[in-house]
Amino acid sequence: MPKVKFDTLESTCVPLPFENVDTDQIIPARFLSATSRQGFGDNLFRDWRYTKTGEKNSDFVLNNPDFTGKVLVAGKNFGSGSSREHAVWAIFDYGFRAVVSSFFADIFMNNALNNGLLPIVISDDLLKKLHALIQKNPDTKVKIDLEKQTFTIVSTGDSVNFGINPYKKECLLKGLDDIDFLLSMKSLITSYENNKSQ
Amino acid sequence: MNAKTLFDKIWDSHVVRSIKDGPDVLYIDRHYIHEVTSPQAFNGLKERGIPVLRPGKTIATADHNIPTKDQHLAIRDLLSRNQVERLNENCQKYGIELFGLNHPKNGIVHVIGPELGYTLPGMTIVCGDSHTSTHGAFGTIAFGIGTSEVEMVLATQCILQPKPKSMRITLEGELHKGVTSKDIVMYIISRISASGATGYFVEYAGSAISSLSMESRMTICNMSIEMGARGGLIAPDETTFEYLGKIPSIPGIENLKSSVNEWKKLQDDPDAIFDKDLKFDAGLIKPMITYGTNPGMGMAIDDSIPLSDDNGNKASASFLKSLDYMGFKPGMKLLGHPIDYVFIGSCTNGRIEDFRAFAKIIRGRKKADNITALIVPGSKKVEEQMAAEGLIELYKSAGFEVRQPGCSSCLAMNEDKIPQGKYAVSTSNRNFEGRQGPGARTLLASPLTAAAAAITGRITDPREFITEEQEVKK
Repeated sequence: MPKVKFDTLESTCVPLPFENVDTDQIIPARFLSATSRQGFGDNLFRDWRYTKTGEKNSDFVLNNPDFTGKVLVAGKNFGSGSSREHAVWAIFDYGFRAVVSSFFADIFMNNALNNGLLPIVISDDLLKKLHALIQKNPDTKVKIDLEKQTFTIVSTGDSVNFGINPYKKECLLKGLDDIDFLLSMKSLITSYENNKSQ
Repeated sequence: MNAKTLFDKIWDSHVVRSIKDGPDVLYIDRHYIHEVTSPQAFNGLKERGIPVLRPGKTIATADHNIPTKDQHLAIRDLLSRNQVERLNENCQKYGIELFGLNHPKNGIVHVIGPELGYTLPGMTIVCGDSHTSTHGAFGTIAFGIGTSEVEMVLATQCILQPKPKSMRITLEGELHKGVTSKDIVMYIISRISASGATGYFVEYAGSAISSLSMESRMTICNMSIEMGARGGLIAPDETTFEYLGKIPSIPGIENLKSSVNEWKKLQDDPDAIFDKDLKFDAGLIKPMITYGTNPGMGMAIDDSIPLSDDNGNKASASFLKSLDYMGFKPGMKLLGHPIDYVFIGSCTNGRIEDFRAFAKIIRGRKKADNITALIVPGSKKVEEQMAAEGLIELYKSAGFEVRQPGCSSCLAMNEDKIPQGKYAVSTSNRNFEGRQGPGARTLLASPLTAAAAAITGRITDPREFITEEQEVKK
């Protein structure tokens, strides 16, 4: 698993205001045959981003030059369905560093945190407001401070605290990795096994 | 002392260490892997130069990315072939038991694990696949994980995991004829939505659950993830022990009787409290079908598509986009709607009981001319059993060809794709846009409903084919 740091981020946003966006939409199964973690960004939201004949679908937000940035602002229940971590790899590889929603699916949330893609949960109302602001002005910026756990809409000054597991926060701030952490506990794991087998 | 749920008991007894304000270090008893979500995890081990800590606790199969025809030939798609070869190499290098392509016990990971006795009550089980929840039918904590977590488990036999909240779903009452466990779980999801159990681990209880076979219980636990749950489990009972008693040899178990005595303790304490407690009446459930693009968008087969989304929002962009994709309108009835494909198989409904149910309706009838059917057993063992019971012949005489085992059209990684715009009644678990192929329109249903549709070529109430005396207990 990659070691990625995250501290602060200020960026414009890419809005995707649909509910229940599942990981099959984020990266369709037919692109999962690769055996490395790289290159999935090219096929991020493939079937929404391209037409049946392979041309860019101009209606889709990733093809709209007005909307750019490192923050994907999604809808409720983002990342449901398949556990494929390829979905997170695709979002990260495309260039996003944070995803904002009012609600994430559990496995997606874990996968995102394990890859340095910060999932930020805000209220339904604030999410609606943010979507409206971005639609009105695509230059709307948000500011994320992981240390302080604050999420701020720069133009309006709306600022809220977001939750994150303190252990994961520490990992992201310092660029630490779960596997090193677990490997350091090997003797504890072995003694657990010995106790169980008695 | 606090009363504990079964989930608490299993979880707490597997915690190697609790991190203050953080996740638990949870020991994993059984790790299943497959070709699609494991290669990057093995790459990670190679980069670190570390071994698999307990190779004997990991079991591998190739299922997602394999053809269901001519499996003895080299896989035509080069990327798919490479992925399956990587799995073979990694298993050999690290000493992991592999039931790979063409192995006599090959099959879908969540079908072969239980049938070969690798899934046992009280275990913690993970796999890089969200339908790992299937194994909860045996009274296990089983859940899907990402590839970074696969690497974690390979390296340390442990996973860092926050403990989910607990939910109990109790189902009392008698099921009506033509109603299967697939309908039960689709009904629950339609009631609580595709995210109604996110953050929770579900325990299913009640008389309508305990009267089900193991296969049926697996179907229910399998789709726990489709209500957003981390997993779903059912306390083990005589049905569980009887199923396990029929497995010729269970790896690691010498004396089944003494194990059963231990497993009998795997129950909720009588006054255990759940974070959420839901109750449903089994008698209200009819055969179900989905009309939209997530499993929460389901209804009784004779019902009409709702006029608005769950929140009563008629103009919801997500709701309208979904119906537009399906080619449906709010308020529409689906009975009689022509369809093009029928798929029976997957980790949800690819077990012998499912093919018996399908057979009940097609026996003595013929497949409709407008239907292309994909009939895919969940494992080689299921395929053998079908042959032994004469089901393959029966299917053939009704105009159905039986494929070789694999995940197949459930996620359409291989050639088994439903074409653009075509309707498929499918016994799989997800009706997401493009799930069965770009532009494919999936209608999730039970094997009985799939059979009825395969015979008539239209969405059909399976109860039309079932007489009172022909009990379909599923």
